[in-house]
Amino acid sequence: MNRIQTAFEQKKNLLNIYFTAGYPALADTLPLAQALVAAGADMLEIGMPFSDPLADGPVIQHSSTLALANGMNIKTLFGQLGPLRAALPDTPVLLMGYLNPVLQFGIENFCREAAAAGVDGVILPDLPVAEYEEEYADTFRRHNLRPVFLITPQTSEARIRHLDGISEAFLYLVSGPGTTGGTGPADTTAQDAYFQRVEGMGLKTPRLIGFGIADKASYQRACAHADGAIIGSALIKALEGAPDAPAAAAAFVASIKN
Amino acid sequence: MTPSAITSYQIPTARGYYGEFGGAFVPEMLFPNVEELRTQYEEILASESFRTEYEQLLRDYVGRPTPLFEAHRLSEKYNTRVFLKREDLCHTGAHKINNTVGQILLAKRLGKTRIIAETGAGQHGVATATVCALMGLPCVVYMGSVDIERQAPNVARMRLLGAEVRPAVSGSRTLKDATNEAIRDWIANPVDTHYIIGSVVGPHPYPDLVARLQAVISEEMRKQLLEKTGSELPDYVVACVGGGSNAAGAFYHFLDEPSVQLVAVEAAGHGIHSGHSAATSVLGTPGIIHGSRTLLMQDADGQITEPYSLSAGLDYPGIGPLHAWLGASGRARFIAVTDDEALAGVRECSRLEGIIPALETAHALFALGQLGAGPNDVVVVNLSGRGDKDLETYMKNFDKLA
Repeated sequence: MNRIQTAFEQKKNLLNIYFTAGYPALADTLPLAQALVAAGADMLEIGMPFSDPLADGPVIQHSSTLALANGMNIKTLFGQLGPLRAALPDTPVLLMGYLNPVLQFGIENFCREAAAAGVDGVILPDLPVAEYEEEYADTFRRHNLRPVFLITPQTSEARIRHLDGISEAFLYLVSGPGTTGGTGPADTTAQDAYFQRVEGMGLKTPRLIGFGIADKASYQRACAHADGAIIGSALIKALEGAPDAPAAAAAFVASIKN
Repeated sequence: MTPSAITSYQIPTARGYYGEFGGAFVPEMLFPNVEELRTQYEEILASESFRTEYEQLLRDYVGRPTPLFEAHRLSEKYNTRVFLKREDLCHTGAHKINNTVGQILLAKRLGKTRIIAETGAGQHGVATATVCALMGLPCVVYMGSVDIERQAPNVARMRLLGAEVRPAVSGSRTLKDATNEAIRDWIANPVDTHYIIGSVVGPHPYPDLVARLQAVISEEMRKQLLEKTGSELPDYVVACVGGGSNAAGAFYHFLDEPSVQLVAVEAAGHGIHSGHSAATSVLGTPGIIHGSRTLLMQDADGQITEPYSLSAGLDYPGIGPLHAWLGASGRARFIAVTDDEALAGVRECSRLEGIIPALETAHALFALGQLGAGPNDVVVVNLSGRGDKDLETYMKNFDKLA
């Protein structure tokens, strides 16, 4: 049992909040995390900024560019995670990022240091599942790090069942076609049908819905079909130009939860 | 793996690996798109209907076969026997259209109704816009906003052909970012859209697909060499490499002929170690770019860095996985040529042969002096494109050309 599994056992309608490490300022990781959790975030997904984030829309691209300009890298982030874990002993923490910076850090080093810093899970969208199973699964397991796999409206049922079988964290339901930060469809019929189709599969792994979840209404709609939701771009937008980033983060979470 | 264990340099493994390079590192959102292509491209490319239509369009629309021209004055100057494969005479002025003709036929057979592409200098964008006009399919071309500024004539060509040119405004706003935007478009349009990648880069099966579609270049070379020299095999094949599509096409049917020396010429920009270079085989390290494990230019943290070359067609921070493997295994020799040397190549080809080459191609031409080829050797340079698109650059640098 790790923190991710415990959270799903104890809570309903989980709110997983993504933010980019090093944005808006290099040292914001800890104060933002504390503010988010105090305001009601159940899980944290901390973005490791990358120069070329293929699955992300303009908002997270921009925050990544600024975070890199602020000097953020994996080593610095790991240095910040120790105090974060001490301050938030029970909150599940995931790292989200792209494969190349992780490979350059070294997969063994990355897993060891992430685990030592109290990280529970990792989301690497451009790490293919087959590649993960053959090349990385042993290392992840040895360090008790849980990978999170994405599924989309195009993912076949057989593939969803396979991902369900190898998951020990949660399945990340991408709400529809597009990168992060999009707006949901005007007509939600097809999206609801997709959510219901996955819901009806009787999967063993909890599901969180992400991409295009931006406010209380979309969060609640996601919760109706899954175990909770992931919000990223909308939070980053709320931080843009805010005089007090932690206060803005807390206000944003309150607007979703209350 | 040792070279003796290699059965063929042409064919990647089932997972798309050339040696340690290749693969398909795509997010789940792209998995169905890439998988659809992977499971169908070989069968479609081998089908009678595809072959017939592809060959007919290459002949009647592109203008193939392109001539293999014996360049007597360059031969005299370098004291070897130089042939130029005239891809510059293809419709739209470069080899790029060999690939776009093939991919649009593939897209039609996959039932796709919308085409997207990335472009740097604009040659691939023009070649894609051209075949989309021919087939009546809507076309969106992503182009870095910096490149849109510096390649205005090609932007106008694409628009005249009916394509929508969308500026990529993220990152360095050049080819790498245009490719990111095209990939993001494909993520947002997974069902009706085919992405025509312009080079032997990207996730498997693209490197193999594009190499096969450009392989017509070396297929023709073999026939033409037999006619002109009595042997299908030259001693050297020389081509410039950005992502590497024209080199892949020029090398393809010689890859498994060990007597043929393959020479890939990269852009050294201001000099390999000047901090302004695109010589990926020297400056690059293994990593993931645009869904492929290959050599790329990156910093110690794995952030992709911006290459530099005066030629917009060579300033890609990666290199196709086939080329990374040809370099690592020693099958191909890599030479780096600076901006100024390439301009000297432009001047020389223009003055000695009456052919104004593209700036990219001129890198390969300049390498003629570095091959060490003897008087009896046969050297083929792939003249990948013509220089019309570079006239503004040439005019700005006229002191180096006059």
